[in-house]
Amino acid sequence: MRDVAIVGIGQTKVGEHWDIGLRHLALEALQGAMADAGVERVDALYVGNMLSGALVGQEHLGALVADFAGLRGVEAVKVEAACASGAAALRLGYVAVAGGLSNVVAVVGVEKMTDAPGPEATSAAAMACDADYEAAHGLSLAALHALLMQRYMREYGYTKENFAPFAINAHANAMNNPYAMFHLALKESTYNRARMVADPLNLMDGAPIADGAAAVVLAPVEWARQLNPAPVRVAASAVGTDAVAVHDRRDPLLLDAALLSSGRAYRQAGVAPDDIDFFELHDAFGIMAALSLEATGFAERGKGVRLALDGEIALRGRVPISTLGGLKARGHPVGATGVYQAVEAVQQLRGQAGGSQVPNARLGMTQSIGGSGATAITHILERIV
Amino acid sequence: MSVARNWRLQQQRYRLTGERCDTCGAAIFPPRDVCPECEAPAKTPLVFSGRGEIYSYSTVYHPPAEFETAAPYMVALVRLEEGPMVAAQLTDVDKGSVSIGMPVEMVTRKIRAEGDEGIIAYGYKFRPAGI
Repeated sequence: MRDVAIVGIGQTKVGEHWDIGLRHLALEALQGAMADAGVERVDALYVGNMLSGALVGQEHLGALVADFAGLRGVEAVKVEAACASGAAALRLGYVAVAGGLSNVVAVVGVEKMTDAPGPEATSAAAMACDADYEAAHGLSLAALHALLMQRYMREYGYTKENFAPFAINAHANAMNNPYAMFHLALKESTYNRARMVADPLNLMDGAPIADGAAAVVLAPVEWARQLNPAPVRVAASAVGTDAVAVHDRRDPLLLDAALLSSGRAYRQAGVAPDDIDFFELHDAFGIMAALSLEATGFAERGKGVRLALDGEIALRGRVPISTLGGLKARGHPVGATGVYQAVEAVQQLRGQAGGSQVPNARLGMTQSIGGSGATAITHILERIV
Repeated sequence: MSVARNWRLQQQRYRLTGERCDTCGAAIFPPRDVCPECEAPAKTPLVFSGRGEIYSYSTVYHPPAEFETAAPYMVALVRLEEGPMVAAQLTDVDKGSVSIGMPVEMVTRKIRAEGDEGIIAYGYKFRPAGI
């Protein structure tokens, strides 16, 4: 196995891009990353995407994106793992470089969601759930998270208002991210007054669907310095899975996939949660942020929300999360999200996170979660000093 | 969902037919032919009683496209008395009266209609026990 580095990053602004289609979103991010790395060719391209077939009527993204990016002929495939598709593409790119099969690999995550009406997008996103035993009965992703949140509140004695700090923190941090979808501070009263999506989960608790694309270029660490003055080493890359349906899990309030993938990542990197300087987690909903913090060892079970209430998730807290807005305020273009997390982690480790900079960040972790928790993909990134 | 796909699920939708593991005795729903507890083959059919209690619940206001005319509707995770959990809609119930731990029982209801021309899918929902 070879050590792998991220030598280039690129991203589009997240939002409703009425004027840009899926292929050009991917192209913009990819060109940004390749320019950042100073490369004109790559050995392979991995495209992370979940919903292009359902929402854009376009599959076969590997070849399509390669062609429009001027890379016709290159090895290229689309990778899908529900909401963790982007992170899955990163994982496969990592495997290709670490295993020595490719030297310079591009990974792009892309999603185009806002061409479809809201209920259609909700319906498409529910494909991440068990189609026969969840979605067929009217359970959306939001409904499943609401069920987890309701049980969590009962189990550990929280109110729905206690989840507000996750959203408020994300919005505050997104103010410093020019690529974020939202640049508006979220007040607690606004959160508390927001209309219900699936009781007790409200509109201000959930990450917005959006359009966007993010990309990274990977290369062996020994090449990295020639390509980029500030390369970042991929210290760990790990996938864990669990039952797709919430009702089939050992304990719905314990994210086994996140436990497995973070455990594997900690072992690979030889680090513990205390060593991590910031954590880009999957805050699609506040409850998922809490469960992710608990499964990865940053909080005891039932204490994830407490960590947020105590301010420990802020930029100067013990575990800064969603440092450039997270899914909640940067926006959640589903299949692109996992790559946005990696791009933002690299910004932090290069010291390029502006007003959201975590002081002296050396080790960052990202975790992307598919569906209601069945796939969790963890990466640990390290500044090469 | 195609006619054949709905048809394939009829034993589960209409009768909650799962499986019993002959090796460790676990009750399994939905059927998966491999015991999730001990990983042994498990193909002996088991018809569940349909009785259980609410593990968690929610009211859905922003549904997927196929359920827009049904909203708002209540959904729940129900812990069946044989052990497994199932996700389903609640019916014949007021929002205010639902709570975690509440005993419920299975009933057969319309789950969804696929447009004006499409088939109507029936299957399990749960209501307060002993209505």
